Amino acid sequence: MSKVGGVSGTVIVSIKGLTRSFGDVHAVAGVTLDIYEGEFITLLGPSGSGKTTVLRMIAGFDKPDSGSIELGGEDVSQLPPFERDVNTVFQDYALFPHMNVISNIEYGLKVKGVAKQECSARALEALKQVRLEGYGERKPSQLSGGQRQRVALARALVNRPSVLLLDEPLGALDLKLREQMQIELKELQREVGITFIFVTHDQEEALTMSDRIAVFNNGRIEQLGTPREIYAHPVSAFVSEFVGQTNRISIEGMRINIRPEAITVSKSQTSGNRSLQGTLRDVIFVGSTTRYLVDTGRGTIISVVPVGELSLGDAVTVSWEKEKEFLVQ
Amino acid sequence: MLNSLSNYFHKKQRLRLIALLTTPVLWLVVAYLGALAMLLVTAFFTINSFTGNVIQQFNLGNFQDMLTDVAYKNVFLRTLGIAISVTLICSVLAIPMAFYMAKITGPRSQKILVALVLTPLWASYLVKIYAWRTMLEPGNGVLDWLLGPIGIHSPGFGGPAIVIGLSYLWLPYMILPIYAGLERLPNNLLDASGDLGAHNFYTFRKIILPLIFPSLVAGSMFTFSLSLGDYITAQIIGGKLQMLGNVVYQNFSINLPFAATIAMIPVSIMALYLYLVRRTGALASM
Repeated sequence: MSKVGGVSGTVIVSIKGLTRSFGDVHAVAGVTLDIYEGEFITLLGPSGSGKTTVLRMIAGFDKPDSGSIELGGEDVSQLPPFERDVNTVFQDYALFPHMNVISNIEYGLKVKGVAKQECSARALEALKQVRLEGYGERKPSQLSGGQRQRVALARALVNRPSVLLLDEPLGALDLKLREQMQIELKELQREVGITFIFVTHDQEEALTMSDRIAVFNNGRIEQLGTPREIYAHPVSAFVSEFVGQTNRISIEGMRINIRPEAITVSKSQTSGNRSLQGTLRDVIFVGSTTRYLVDTGRGTIISVVPVGELSLGDAVTVSWEKEKEFLVQ
Repeated sequence: MLNSLSNYFHKKQRLRLIALLTTPVLWLVVAYLGALAMLLVTAFFTINSFTGNVIQQFNLGNFQDMLTDVAYKNVFLRTLGIAISVTLICSVLAIPMAFYMAKITGPRSQKILVALVLTPLWASYLVKIYAWRTMLEPGNGVLDWLLGPIGIHSPGFGGPAIVIGLSYLWLPYMILPIYAGLERLPNNLLDASGDLGAHNFYTFRKIILPLIFPSLVAGSMFTFSLSLGDYITAQIIGGKLQMLGNVVYQNFSINLPFAATIAMIPVSIMALYLYLVRRTGALASM
């Protein structure tokens, strides 16, 4: 038993020293990671950072060059996909186009020889779980993107795998639907209690949904932690710039990163022990916040914390607490 | 000048359509459907048995002869059996080959393999069949020389030889549509099937086969109809065996109407085949 970032339990997936190269490209260059039973963990990173390759190796679509993947204590790294107790939700859903929704969902159960009656009962239950009752007879081509997504989810979950792998499943949906599905996915995960391993390049999505995030860069895990830890204490320039918005400033010969919400902008007041003089160049309204762009001698600084009345062209002071900075090498 | 012409056509949609389609429609109606209509009409004519002249009078005698004579029934059944065997053999050979080309090998060897599949089509039909004659020659053919020492002998000239020869000739026509169908099949469907616990053979049966069925139908139309109408292969490596094509060939100088009647058989079989395929709904996704 161990406790990491609010998630406690037994290790269900244990990845050790995983590597995988394609020609000269080291897609995965030594990944070690323990994943706990029932957690929602996100592999976050830009494209080409190795996160999808790791997921594919857990699923069994690809085999590692070296290292091991243990699933429930058993090394599965050389087993074919059909001998692993994991299921995958694919990026473009991969629904079987010649089968209707129910047949798609029943597929995994039929393969395992589950009795016909139980097959349809469980498929109907799964369909209800993803709120698609009454869509069983439709073909995938008759569904919208969001509905296909739910069918793909039901098709995987109906098998009650010990781990569910999700490969950028929300990537093809529009923003509104994506945000709605993020919440639904998280709720569904709590409800079924299955470990979710979720791959995305969208940092906001990762912050919203995950118990823990593993930030990938160049085939390695750059940082592993809860969303709060990752956001508040990024261990590297890469993490602080990839997760959330950040200002890069050179001060006293050092490069520091600082979040926009840690900076106040004001005509007269300073709050904090660091400050710079500048001119308010632009004010950008983005809905939930307003960004203030200030030209200083050290580049443009973005703040979202205004104090007092401000108008374009004003001479302003931006200031912040030194403790909120991240040092960048 | 050219510009104003294209402007003119742009405004007159109907005229544009006529200009575009006149030649192909003429070709289709006159050369293609016309010939088929002539065949149909001629099948109901008869000849003057003294002069050999065609008598243009509607009459069902040819059909009566064809349907009552046991010899023709045998030729018909044999031809059908050969066409079905050739189609089955081509499918069984083509599916793994096309699968290897489309899904397993790299893009470079993929191109090379497509070229290799196409190369036999550049050689003359006759040359290829005579090559098979040399191969199958009983006693001193290539096959006997090669496999004789291990106890396998050439089937000699006859039905099996025709099936081998035609399967060889039409194989590319089966491989190419199946290859194209497999190319269009997304890899992640195969991944998904494996992910849901299916072994490779189960995936083949439940996912691959149903999804490439239209391609299989397209390929079988080639292998089936080309086999039904063939007569040269039977002549060269068929021994004494006759196919429907041979009967047509023999009759067309001495009894043209009867040749036309016989020629109606493959046409009707293909029409029936297309109708049955259409009913399965496989063509809807082509």
